[in-house]
Amino acid sequence: MKAFAFLATLATGVALLYGTKDFAAWGDAASPASSHVSPVYIERAVEQTHVPNLVTAILGDYRGYDTMFETVVIYCAGLAVVCVLRRQKS
Amino acid sequence: MEQLLAEIVAKYNYWIYVVLMMIGFYAMIGKRNLVKKLLGMNIFQTAIILFYVSIGVKRGGSIPIVDKHAALSHGIDATQVINPLPHVLMLTAIVVSVSITGVALAILIRIYRQYGTLEEDEILEKIGR
Amino acid sequence: MKLLQERVKDRPAGENLIIRTAVRLMIPFIQLYGLYVIVHGHYSPGGGFQGGVVLGASFILLALAYDLRTSLRFMSERVNAVLGNVGVLIYTGTGLLCALLGGLFLDYSALDRILPLGPVEWRSLGIFVVEVGVGIAVMSIMTSLFWDLGSGGEMDEGL
Repeated sequence: MKAFAFLATLATGVALLYGTKDFAAWGDAASPASSHVSPVYIERAVEQTHVPNLVTAILGDYRGYDTMFETVVIYCAGLAVVCVLRRQKS
Repeated sequence: MEQLLAEIVAKYNYWIYVVLMMIGFYAMIGKRNLVKKLLGMNIFQTAIILFYVSIGVKRGGSIPIVDKHAALSHGIDATQVINPLPHVLMLTAIVVSVSITGVALAILIRIYRQYGTLEEDEILEKIGR
Repeated sequence: MKLLQERVKDRPAGENLIIRTAVRLMIPFIQLYGLYVIVHGHYSPGGGFQGGVVLGASFILLALAYDLRTSLRFMSERVNAVLGNVGVLIYTGTGLLCALLGGLFLDYSALDRILPLGPVEWRSLGIFVVEVGVGIAVMSIMTSLFWDLGSGGEMDEGL
């Protein structure tokens, strides 16, 4: 069982290492992740929201739905822990 | 040789994350203790978070907090500021990871209360598989 | 778990005077710093999640240095539950208010109709309101997670 788990891990690792062959180099400003959506955010966020911290601007405004359900997720986690653990005092 | 060295310098961070992820993955599927599985999952999540944050790096770029007045009058050069989008996504991912860890620990406490052990095979024995 | 509870019960009182005094001096500053991180999220690294965790950590520190009952005296369980709900309601309520005022859900520039400061300025203020809501919710949930996990759900003894 342990050997099977080790082999599975090794296979996954080799596949992922092979996958890094096509990745953009570290710190490349022209990488695909930095060249499609994010320049629009960087160039327009301050002008549209007057918030110098771009992370806060995107988190609170452009991705407002994401953050709202994020809050709901952590609220549900707190609720779930109470429901799972709380016992009536006998 | 020169080309190989350039490749290593450009990609070594991804290799570190892959190794970190393999450690977490092995702990998740190879260990029989439920707490160790949970720790493996946390290592896995850390690898993913580091991977995303390192995607956003631009060489020579500054942090994504800009000067408001300069930005309003001159605009911002997008190549001079690192990509804020992965940071936002990982901020939410960290919160989800905290939530998951909390709920998982609560369930582990409940399992321990019910079966008196956290070893997977002993629990399966007590369930009667 | 039995073992841990027995060990906690057997611990003599007053053995960690230095830790308790240091924690009592530190907690106001930790809470002030948490508030600073929340309200200064527009201009420096920070925001609702981070500041909420710092605020929650101050209550966790109190529960660690003293015991769980002491931290319950400073922040009762009922108030904590209400704060968690209020935090989420501030967020969703802001979104709903924007929709009721004729904008889209969570489009803060619609709040301009309450007080005309300009739509761009209201987007900045809307982010601030939302971050405060997130901070309150995260603080309450962090504290409640520690209380429940640390005491196994019984809320009397604990770490």
